[in-house]
Amino acid sequence: MEKFEKLTGIAAPMPLMNIDTDMIIPKQFLKTIKRSGLGANLFDEMRFDDNGDEIPDFVLNKPQYREAEILVAGDNFGCGSSREHAPWALKDFGIKAVISTSFADIFYNNCFKNGILPIVLPREAVDVLMKDAEKGSNARMTVDLENQVVTTSDGESFAFEVDSFKKHCLLNGLDDIGLTMEKAEAIDTFESQAEQSRPWV
Amino acid sequence: MSPKTLYDKIWDAHLVHEAEDGTSLLYIDRHLVHEVTSPQAFEGLRMAGRSVRAPDKTIAVPDHNVPTTAGREDPKNMTEDSAIQVAALDSNAKEFGIHYYPVSDVRQGIVHIVGPEQGWTLPGMTVVCGDSHTATHGAFGALAHGIGTSEVEHVLATQTLIQSKSKNMKVEITGKLRPGVTAKDITLSVIGKTGTAGGTGYVIEYCGEAIRDLSMEGRMTVCNMAIEGGARAGLIAPDEKTFEYVKGRPHAPKGAQWEAALNWWKTLYSDDDAHWDKVVTIKGEDIAPVVTWGTSPEDVLPITAEVPAPDSFEGGKVGAAQRSLDYMGLKPGQKLSDIEIDTVFIGSCTNGRIEDLRAAAEILKGKKIAVKRAMVVPGSGLVRAQAEEEGLADIFKEAGFEWRLAGCSMCLAMNPDQLSPGERCAATSNRNFEGRQGRGGRTHLMSPAMAAAAAVTGKLTDVREMM
Repeated sequence: MEKFEKLTGIAAPMPLMNIDTDMIIPKQFLKTIKRSGLGANLFDEMRFDDNGDEIPDFVLNKPQYREAEILVAGDNFGCGSSREHAPWALKDFGIKAVISTSFADIFYNNCFKNGILPIVLPREAVDVLMKDAEKGSNARMTVDLENQVVTTSDGESFAFEVDSFKKHCLLNGLDDIGLTMEKAEAIDTFESQAEQSRPWV
Repeated sequence: MSPKTLYDKIWDAHLVHEAEDGTSLLYIDRHLVHEVTSPQAFEGLRMAGRSVRAPDKTIAVPDHNVPTTAGREDPKNMTEDSAIQVAALDSNAKEFGIHYYPVSDVRQGIVHIVGPEQGWTLPGMTVVCGDSHTATHGAFGALAHGIGTSEVEHVLATQTLIQSKSKNMKVEITGKLRPGVTAKDITLSVIGKTGTAGGTGYVIEYCGEAIRDLSMEGRMTVCNMAIEGGARAGLIAPDEKTFEYVKGRPHAPKGAQWEAALNWWKTLYSDDDAHWDKVVTIKGEDIAPVVTWGTSPEDVLPITAEVPAPDSFEGGKVGAAQRSLDYMGLKPGQKLSDIEIDTVFIGSCTNGRIEDLRAAAEILKGKKIAVKRAMVVPGSGLVRAQAEEEGLADIFKEAGFEWRLAGCSMCLAMNPDQLSPGERCAATSNRNFEGRQGRGGRTHLMSPAMAAAAAVTGKLTDVREMM
């Protein structure tokens, strides 16, 4: 997995609340057996009209946000299905961090498996960051995972919380299957005990 | 010993390892797999030269994009990309030696209906699947939740999942339900009250007399939509109804093992003085038959209500509600019961079980549909067979419904069962998101009985008027 350490880039504002995984990547694009190439259809039904032409008003179609690497979004981002195609599509497009007041649980976890940092901040902070994002491509926002700080283009900083294990994996680009494999002995022990205590499983 | 919730008890019984920061490794008893979220996980195993650690605890079934029309055993009758995904599941199941129900098997169906039906899902288990509606299995007092594809790969390789513990939330539905009110109305009403993020960070335990009174099918409907309320999982403590449902199923324990299992299952309840981080209480008698009006499952109102005005909300919901109304083609103040429907969809892991089909058939008996099209998609081949035996299929067909084969179908419209732009659907499924049932399609969520009532009148209808 790609490491995430520090990122300075363009942030795109998406103030809509409850942006669900069907919006992020509609189901017709889930019929792939690959992880790659989904960026072309990120937010497909919001980004393109029925003829497949770009909808100019959609934020990521605006010239100043085409290179966005950060999303500042409304409440409860990523609600809905468990599809990891959602973070795959974001990552493939170039989004590496998403900031909101809250995320749906499964989406939040899926981000960390793909080198994307989801950041939860209080509403007042997200409001400030949303305004900063609305300034367009001249305003660069900085996300520093090591120090757990987001800084606006004006230098205003907001500290955020992140689970220490998830942070460790993201900073070092670690594959957690490999880490769990190191605990094979503990899994073996659990399994043999469970065979005694719950043999029907 | 300190008092525990049901969630605490199941968690403790599956804890393989806990790090100082609370990051835990949980053992997974059952891993359910379908064709859409698994190919990349199996490919990952192959690339790393890994095997499936516990193939006997891994069960696969294609459901999301299989057609629900005759002849689907022939891949030529699927779209090319769907056929590739189903073929990948076929070959992965063989290669890794996991349990498998192909489309040609009468036991095939929606993974969350097949698991309980076959006795794979048992009380006190940990159950995961690369699908958010895994919450369904919580109806058995199993800790069940959806995972992403990377986690699917992790569980395949290690039979464990890295987790941090959620908080405990109690949702109590007291007293009795009124006539015409069902499990679907309970679960939608809870989301209407708590919002789609109200359960974020929590595992919900549903309890109270109205929950106890539900059948296992109804309990599955309630837990199924815990995810729409934002919760990681929904749980209902197992009781005699649970044991009765499980007993004798193909993969349920038998003989001495049944007795041993039963002894443990009977300890699976929240202790009286257990700590709850959040409590929500709703009176059963206050719940009405409900429908959704917007594009979020929290947009719930009794059928007797009117479409709300966006400025009756606060904060970001004002804009979201306006966007919903524009998408849904509705005006504030319009009576919900005046909204005309084009299509009716009965099915899904929320409401595709036998009891759901019985409830709908009860309303449809001797009547004809007044909508452009209506379809019933049973949740499994066995549900379908049973409905045919009970004469329900004839009622549906005589009313003008299409009688389909099992699958997820129009719940997420990955197969050819889709809405057209602007087409308005009364659906028994779980999500009314923009484009969920097809680009531009408009979804109103409701119970099977309410969907049947809408089919008969051609508009959203209070089922109590037809009882």
